[in-house]
Amino acid sequence: MTRRIPVSAVPAAVWAGAALVGLLLAVALLSLVWTPYPAEQVRVVARLRPPSAAHWLGTDHFGRDVASMLMVGARNSLAVAAAAVGLGLGLGVPLGLAAAALGRWGDELVARLGDLVFAFPAVLSAILLTAALGAGAVNVVVALGLFNAAVLARVTRGAALAVWRREFVRAALALGRGPLSVTLVHVLPNTLGVVVVQTTVLFAVAIVNEAALSYLGLGIQPPSPSWGKMLGDAQTHLFNAPLQAVFPGLAIALSVLGLTLLGDGLRDWLDPRHRSSGLL
Amino acid sequence: MLAFALRRGLTLALTAWLASVVVFAALELVPGDPALMMLGVNAQPDTLAALRAQMGLDAPPLDRYLRWAGGLLRGDLGTSLTYARPVADLVAERLVVTLPLALLSLVMSTAAAIPLGLLAAARRGRGGDWAVLGFAQIGVALPSFWIAILLILVFSVGLGWFPAGGFPGWEAGVWPALRALILPALALAIPEAAILARVTRTALLDTLGEDHIRTARAKGVGRAAVLLGHALPNALLPVATVLGLQLSFLVAGAVVVENVFTLPGLGRLLYQAIGQRDVIVVQGVVLLLAVFVVLVNALVDIACAAADPRPRALS
Repeated sequence: MTRRIPVSAVPAAVWAGAALVGLLLAVALLSLVWTPYPAEQVRVVARLRPPSAAHWLGTDHFGRDVASMLMVGARNSLAVAAAAVGLGLGLGVPLGLAAAALGRWGDELVARLGDLVFAFPAVLSAILLTAALGAGAVNVVVALGLFNAAVLARVTRGAALAVWRREFVRAALALGRGPLSVTLVHVLPNTLGVVVVQTTVLFAVAIVNEAALSYLGLGIQPPSPSWGKMLGDAQTHLFNAPLQAVFPGLAIALSVLGLTLLGDGLRDWLDPRHRSSGLL
Repeated sequence: MLAFALRRGLTLALTAWLASVVVFAALELVPGDPALMMLGVNAQPDTLAALRAQMGLDAPPLDRYLRWAGGLLRGDLGTSLTYARPVADLVAERLVVTLPLALLSLVMSTAAAIPLGLLAAARRGRGGDWAVLGFAQIGVALPSFWIAILLILVFSVGLGWFPAGGFPGWEAGVWPALRALILPALALAIPEAAILARVTRTALLDTLGEDHIRTARAKGVGRAAVLLGHALPNALLPVATVLGLQLSFLVAGAVVVENVFTLPGLGRLLYQAIGQRDVIVVQGVVLLLAVFVVLVNALVDIACAAADPRPRALS
């Protein structure tokens, strides 16, 4: 059962968010085929240059082109966030659906599992994992993915429980459909809206956490550029190249702003009860 | 109420125990031999064996876990491999930095968020409201460690008002120590204030729509008196709930921001312990922070249940 909503009813926040996220995606995709300079090319003679026609955003302490590093950084950041959110979706959504279908003990299991995962804020669990297995993007993905799975399991379970109480689900059960069939045909499609909204929020959180971990040297490893590592490097040159600390932070902030606007807008669109609290 | 608190207490104990198992198991995965890492590849075999025995590495994992967990119950977090000192002592030393930092940022964020939320609710749909919502939307998007770097750029490098890093210690005087904590606390407080301002606004608007507010207005109570005397006290419960839940993000944020400002707090201790592969310190600090998060969440639940029995009745 779907309802058509006119394009004019789409909140402005969705358009604004989609534009920023689209820009991020476009930059990341473009970096696959073109960057102004190779992002890892070191030219010490051209180190810490201010923005110019040759280097639009200047160069870093190794003479690498900051614009090119930001473009490849966008790709790396998106890849880690997408993998972490994908892992969360792959584990969390089936777990949430199963908890709702299985009743009390399934519920209890998801609740306790959530309590345990929430005890470790994503950055803390990533620190624990990198302490055990070493720094690197894969460990960051696993740590953030497990946190996302707990969040998505809880959100999916809540939405699925509401669907299980509806008339058409009862009708399907009365017609002899099994719990698995009801879950796949009726419950899952009706929980997708909530899951999509939560996914955009978790994507934003994953971008910030990846940047924080890379800033600490625990995330994406050099020479591959990452926004967090760029900020960490820029901090040691604040006196002579202050702009270097501005661009990577701005990239993170705009990405997160785009995703949160998109998430808020989608939530307002899908659930008008929230409409009063959004910005746009 | 007592039954609810007891049930929540039991869940808390179960989660804390599971967290201890996770922390211990995660660091069991550390590849290589911690004793070898400490002494280096040129270590004599008998020295290595002695250190392994001293660290308890020759015992089976279950025995080691039971010994470690037993120590935890007595307040013994183990002895640091790098500092050769009890982890509990190291934590206590670092808490004099981390605790005031967290408290200062909580005070700053609440002091900014509640007036901003009041302003937005009072001016709903007008300029003030849009300004607050704009701040909330942008503030949430700013990572605290970037704000920290920008604050250093403006207030330390540019204006020279605050130190760019380090901590002189409380023995140097209250003001010099506090001065070193103001920028880090502000960096943590800005995103928190953005979230809290939005929650305060929403909670106030929800409360303003209730019957008792209409009654108060009908009886001639002024707008400001209704907002401050009637709506605000009722709106503080959701604000306090979110504040409690945000503490876990504050913990994670403090780990990073302490490193931006090289503050000798718990976050810095944890970061250095990872570099030094000091497993005992990592285990102790991570578990302590996890238990803190679980404890705060349980206290928030119990406090909310005490203040508003409706959700308790539903559960």
